[in-house]
Amino acid sequence: MQRNNNHTTIVTIEKVIDETPTVRTLVFSDDVMSNVLPGQFAMVWIPGVNELPMSVMISKEPGKAAFTVRKHGPASTGLFNILEGQQIGIRGPYGNSFDLKEGKLLLVGGGTGLVPMMRLLTFVKPTDDVTVLIGAKSKDEVFFEDLANNLLENNPHKVIVSTDDGSYGEKGFVTDLVEKLVSKSHFDGVYVCGPEIMMYKTVQSAHSRKMFVQASLERMMKCGVGICGSCCVGEDLVCRDGTVFDGQHLSTNKEFGHFYRNKAGILENY
Amino acid sequence: MNQLLYSKLSSLFKVELSLATSIGQIQLDRPVMLASGILGISLDVFNRLYRSGVGAVVTKSLSTEPWEGYPNPTIFSVKGGGWINAVGLSNPGATNFAKMIEPNQDVPIIVSLVGSIPEDFETMIKQFENCKVTAYELNLSCPHVAKVGLEVGDDPELVKKIVTTAKNTTDVPIIAKVGLGTTHYLNTVSAAIDSGIDAITAINTVRAMAIDVETQRPILSNKFGGLSGTPIKPIALRCVYEISSKHDIPIIGCGGISTWEDAVEFFLAGASAIQLGSAVGDNWIDVFNDINNGILQYMKRKNYSSIKEMVGLAKKQ
Repeated sequence: MQRNNNHTTIVTIEKVIDETPTVRTLVFSDDVMSNVLPGQFAMVWIPGVNELPMSVMISKEPGKAAFTVRKHGPASTGLFNILEGQQIGIRGPYGNSFDLKEGKLLLVGGGTGLVPMMRLLTFVKPTDDVTVLIGAKSKDEVFFEDLANNLLENNPHKVIVSTDDGSYGEKGFVTDLVEKLVSKSHFDGVYVCGPEIMMYKTVQSAHSRKMFVQASLERMMKCGVGICGSCCVGEDLVCRDGTVFDGQHLSTNKEFGHFYRNKAGILENY
Repeated sequence: MNQLLYSKLSSLFKVELSLATSIGQIQLDRPVMLASGILGISLDVFNRLYRSGVGAVVTKSLSTEPWEGYPNPTIFSVKGGGWINAVGLSNPGATNFAKMIEPNQDVPIIVSLVGSIPEDFETMIKQFENCKVTAYELNLSCPHVAKVGLEVGDDPELVKKIVTTAKNTTDVPIIAKVGLGTTHYLNTVSAAIDSGIDAITAINTVRAMAIDVETQRPILSNKFGGLSGTPIKPIALRCVYEISSKHDIPIIGCGGISTWEDAVEFFLAGASAIQLGSAVGDNWIDVFNDINNGILQYMKRKNYSSIKEMVGLAKKQ
């Protein structure tokens, strides 16, 4: 019988990979999650702790998927601390996915925003010329550089890392690098996921030059199915209308890049 | 609603088919409302819902201060249909909310309120003096937050005091939303009517829970939540029928409505309008126009020109 996306499925964590001191990837077996599209997400239940929306990470083994989590608040720290052999609940996949163009592509990921970018890389064609930008605060927080290079080994490609403090790769914000690249050459598709200000600047840089750009948004999310309303951005609901939105659409959204809602639903400035 | 279908049907049958309805003094162009607690924190979303066919938007229940609500998981999908939620009445507070809806002119907004004492409701209603509010709905029936909701609704004397205070604070119609608590809900209805309530919404979600067999623990962080969706529809329908059989009071039916047939059932049981929420989680916001169109087709087939003609017909059988 086909699984109902809304029903919680319990899975066992089979492998925990330390990516950085604060980022871990948790691998589990699940056919549905192993086949999700880039941009889609799952609601992940950490029993006794919380439930949070997570982009679904790829795994090299068939039938397996993963979550890559940075410990931050109580919920993400709860997931970060899950050990091999422990169980979590998942429901989904929810949301739409990136619309993959062909030709010259630019993928921009900041922190765990790299997760949907890595999944997107598994969908590029061998002829696509792909540039991946990885943004991090410092050398300690860089991850997925080798993975991106491995996934693109048959493509013309570049993987460029930038760190805010210059301790690794290029120095500066990844958005400065985006601006530099899109001002020099045309990209057929630009894709971004990461902190919202990073996405806002990337969308502006590409959209103002009439390039096709998409961003995968993140918001406070409680239900994941369009009931609670917590994840609204302007008139859009990230869970039902997104997570992926076109630059064209985002350029008309009054809240994107400017405001977020707190747990009580009050708009606050970035 | 679908204007093309509307004009096509009207011209075909030479009758002015209208989805307009009145709930006492409350006039709506369309009978399907968004129930409280759903998608209710952004005016932009309200505008989108209005374009999608709602007759009115009922806001999230607002409290005097902002509430964060419970930690996740706050919602659970029941196998076989329905949802259990314990969002915990998360809301930005009446003051912040009033500021947000002040520019609104187009969308009929029904402001839902929760509180523990009559003064809470007086304070909050005063916050909305500069807003265009179609009605206030007093949430006397939330089943999963202490000191408000059902704990208030279960005390008919407190209900009387709250309704009287609310009525003395504003001329805008006041609706009481009742549900299934420890006191028989008909006693709550009677108390509200005795104090001059303008309409009743019946019912709220029903207290419930879910346990995961693998991890052997309750799933919702609050353990208990409110069951909504198709499993509670027959219960809600019974309550609407009972209230309309006992009292001459405008009723808004709420509980598990997801199709036009469900909506018509509630009209026949005595409701003048309906609210839905869970169906949005199942079918997204297309559900409003689908139901409007279904009601119109039914009216055409049965030769009704208004919702009013259907209200309470099942009681005559």
